[in-house]
Amino acid sequence: MSTEARSSSTDLPGSSADARSLNADVPPSSAEARLAELREAVASVPDPEIPVLTIADLGILRDVRWATDGQPEVVITPTYSGCPATEAIRDDVLSRAHAVLPAARVVIELAPAWTTDWITEDGRHKLAEYGIAPLGRPGPVRVQLGCRPTVACPRCGSTDTEVVSQFGSTPCKALRRCRDCAEPFDEFKPL
Amino acid sequence: MTADRISEPVSPDAGQPANQDIAGYAIRLGDDALILAQRLIEWSARSHEIEEDVALANIALDLLGQARSLLSYGGGYWAKSEDDLAFLREERRFTNVQLVELDNGDFAVTMVRQLLFSAYQYELYRTLESSVDGQLAAIAGKAVKEVAYHVEHAGSWVLRLGDGTELSHQRAQTGLDAVWPYTHELFTDDELAGRVADRGVGPLPSLLRDGWLGTVQPLLTEATLTIPADDWRPSGGRSGLHTQGFGYLLAELQHLHRSHPGATW
Repeated sequence: MSTEARSSSTDLPGSSADARSLNADVPPSSAEARLAELREAVASVPDPEIPVLTIADLGILRDVRWATDGQPEVVITPTYSGCPATEAIRDDVLSRAHAVLPAARVVIELAPAWTTDWITEDGRHKLAEYGIAPLGRPGPVRVQLGCRPTVACPRCGSTDTEVVSQFGSTPCKALRRCRDCAEPFDEFKPL
Repeated sequence: MTADRISEPVSPDAGQPANQDIAGYAIRLGDDALILAQRLIEWSARSHEIEEDVALANIALDLLGQARSLLSYGGGYWAKSEDDLAFLREERRFTNVQLVELDNGDFAVTMVRQLLFSAYQYELYRTLESSVDGQLAAIAGKAVKEVAYHVEHAGSWVLRLGDGTELSHQRAQTGLDAVWPYTHELFTDDELAGRVADRGVGPLPSLLRDGWLGTVQPLLTEATLTIPADDWRPSGGRSGLHTQGFGYLLAELQHLHRSHPGATW
């Protein structure tokens, strides 16, 4: 990670209002407008593995703010610790952010930990249309065998489906099979 | 955008560890995750079904991600990158427990080890989530949810193998007998662990064992496996003493980076 992208800030999403006032060179209304422009530019970055979803749909985009040093900052969070898509997303976000504000930087924050609960309603619909089973009810991941909620087949709607493997083609997906239409499908697994 | 930017590794943005103990502690936890990831990836294209290849690669990827966060954070104290630590340290400088470097053996050995280690990581990360060190707490808060899936996966296999055929039971029991003694090192306190625990940074390893037993004991019993006696307790990994197979593992892990320093693609 380049040093320009480092930050000692531990601000949580939504706490950018205070920092904004420190950016004394820019009038407040204009600062707000530029931040909105930056947000709009980066929000539509697609997920490289599931391109129908944007990083805003997935809840990977956590904040767009003025950092305490007055520089514009985009905060993203990885879905899984080792997800290789984070790298591609970081680069895409940076390149779009620079087109709007050349001084913008991208910060990766782990806390609060990403959860599938942050996927938007719109994102859930897009997932289903894409053939990936929508998520079950949000809730904590439990260390217990065989206690996962029922998942409906995205092709025929049957709830008579089984897990083939809890691990699929990307870290965030499980493999399932429909016992009615016999089609295999991906499930976005709850985290 | 420049090409070198694209090849830059991704690590969470964090400050540096407040002191050398926290840095050393992060590195030992990172070494555990890194070395087991390297072992697991040896299974790629070798397991009995493609779904299992994919599963083991995914578990390895989760562990590698945790290792990168932990090593980047710990290494920052000495201005070392995750790559410096993974690729340029000699064997004696690695502080992982010996359990994670053991040869994979057959599939039963690998799954028994995975269950025992993942159940330990689950206890560890769950406690570490409330660490006074913000970055360790953040890494743990993320990892604990991933590890829950590892426990579930390995646990299902241990049940299936232990309570399966005569042959699968025998292999699972042989695996458990071979691996169990190495679990003691996970719960052995030493000076660094003591200092880290005193400051509320990480749990004292010995205090994690009851919770760990609470997960693995019922599962092993249901799998009709017999837990070996707690007598032989090999250790030394935390102070850089490793088993014979570790040198071969490191050679494979480090070969490319050492042959072509700074190579990117």
